[in-house]
Amino acid sequence: MTEEFIKFENVSFRYENAEDEPELPLALKNINLTVNKGELVAVLGHNGSGKSTLAKLTNAILVPESGKVSVMGMDTANEDLKYEIRRKVGMVFQNPDNQIVATIVEDDVAFGPENLGVEPDEIRIRVDESLKAVEMYEMRQAEPHNLSGGQKQRVAIAGILAMQTDGIVFDEPTAMLDPRGRQAVMDTILKINKEQGKTVMFITHFMDEAVLADRVIVVNNGEIMTDGTPQEVFSDIGRLKKVGLDVPQARELQYRLKENGIDLNGNILFEDECVKAIKELFQKKVL
Amino acid sequence: MIKDITIGQYYKADSVLHKCDPRTKLILTIAFIVVIFLCKNFFSLGLMAALTVVSMLISKVPVKMFLKSMKPIIPLVLLTAILNVFYTTGGEVLLSIWKITIRDKAIFTAIFIAIRIFCLIIISSLLTYTTTPTMLTDGIEKLLKPLDFILKPFNFRVHTLAMMMTLALRFIPTLIEEIDKIMNAQKARGADLESGGIIERAKALIPIIIPLFVSSFRRAYELAFAMDCRCYTGGDGRTRMKRMKFSLCDLFVFLSFIIIFAGIVFLNIKFDAVI
Repeated sequence: MTEEFIKFENVSFRYENAEDEPELPLALKNINLTVNKGELVAVLGHNGSGKSTLAKLTNAILVPESGKVSVMGMDTANEDLKYEIRRKVGMVFQNPDNQIVATIVEDDVAFGPENLGVEPDEIRIRVDESLKAVEMYEMRQAEPHNLSGGQKQRVAIAGILAMQTDGIVFDEPTAMLDPRGRQAVMDTILKINKEQGKTVMFITHFMDEAVLADRVIVVNNGEIMTDGTPQEVFSDIGRLKKVGLDVPQARELQYRLKENGIDLNGNILFEDECVKAIKELFQKKVL
Repeated sequence: MIKDITIGQYYKADSVLHKCDPRTKLILTIAFIVVIFLCKNFFSLGLMAALTVVSMLISKVPVKMFLKSMKPIIPLVLLTAILNVFYTTGGEVLLSIWKITIRDKAIFTAIFIAIRIFCLIIISSLLTYTTTPTMLTDGIEKLLKPLDFILKPFNFRVHTLAMMMTLALRFIPTLIEEIDKIMNAQKARGADLESGGIIERAKALIPIIIPLFVSSFRRAYELAFAMDCRCYTGGDGRTRMKRMKFSLCDLFVFLSFIIIFAGIVFLNIKFDAVI
């Protein structure tokens, strides 16, 4: 059974303009979108496409100019429900440095539950569990400034996990990390969705991350361009390229080979699939 | 080098003083400062110095670290001591050469001042060596809690102050790193930060300070978002993971200090003041 978690209904949003400047164009235009419980959704788009705005609308940091965003039936425009909504949807931002508040890792993870007024013993349990889930338990006494970017980002994720929200929205969680840090953070995100069953929506501009999701939404010029499984979304490469997006490397290779008259089987998204398909061709002596 | 800095100067060790509640340590430090200025004779001062040395030893913090924190103060102590020798009046004349007379009371005053300052430095370093900054701010928050009563009409809480202190401590290393980056970026563009007189060098800092300010404001903005997303609404209705509890350890330290303080006051009254 699918249960609606986040729902956008005809949502438009515009950033406020400075007093003496003309009105800014709409950042999002007439968005209709439903994210169901337990889904793993990737939101793709290039800079300025409105993908971050979309994320910020999900937990009442921003409220729509027109239309309605609701989280489990709660309207984000209702000021009284703001913190109730944030107990359901946590958010992890791009820069890990700017979301860690305490000078010790475990104190930072405790910050969220402390704000919720959870009992001290219960906080201790949650903090330990969350740190174990992101594989940072051994570093619980460390000072954040001694951690790498990927480690800091995982601490930030643990901070949201400790709040036991139903879903987490990630706003470009890997944009400022090195490849190894990116890998670790992506693994953690997948684990949270698969093992803990939390609804996850992550914003990214890395195609190789987007293919890992169950569902990919491509945002362009404030509108949803495509919405479907990675297989569906990455089948129409020409269209993605037209709006300035890359495609996964393996898919790109398949595309180029096809242009040169070599047909690989299937809709390839991952490296290993690609290797397998090329091997098959060799065996069939096509190449 | 920047990676190595520690916030505050906490020294990790396993001692009675480390285990103590930060509130105990804060109160005792303040009491110590008051008592040390009450000392008027060598007996009370001696006991005070002994107390200082003993606490230094039981803290298990290497003595070298205390010496390091005392080093920059030595010239200052010597200067005040010497000035006192010449300017104190009263007491018997020990020596009189030309226009300079040195009296016994003057010598005593100089010694007292030197010992007092050293004791103060050791005891206050002890507080920061044995308490993490987080514990310290938590302790201050708890101790000042009654002030909420006065601050409430101004829409200000002690918690806000403690939170500000925590965040400041948290961002010191981040900002140092940032300064380093900006300096390198400006140097790469040909900024000259090292040559010239004081005024020129101060002027050269402007292209570093302005980007630092801009980025700090941006950080503050993002941090506020992140805190808001984690349901931070101020101190009300907030719980803490680490509860501060007075333990047996605290009672022991507290009582021993109080007894020694009482002894000091007693010795102070019993024997004649020398200064």
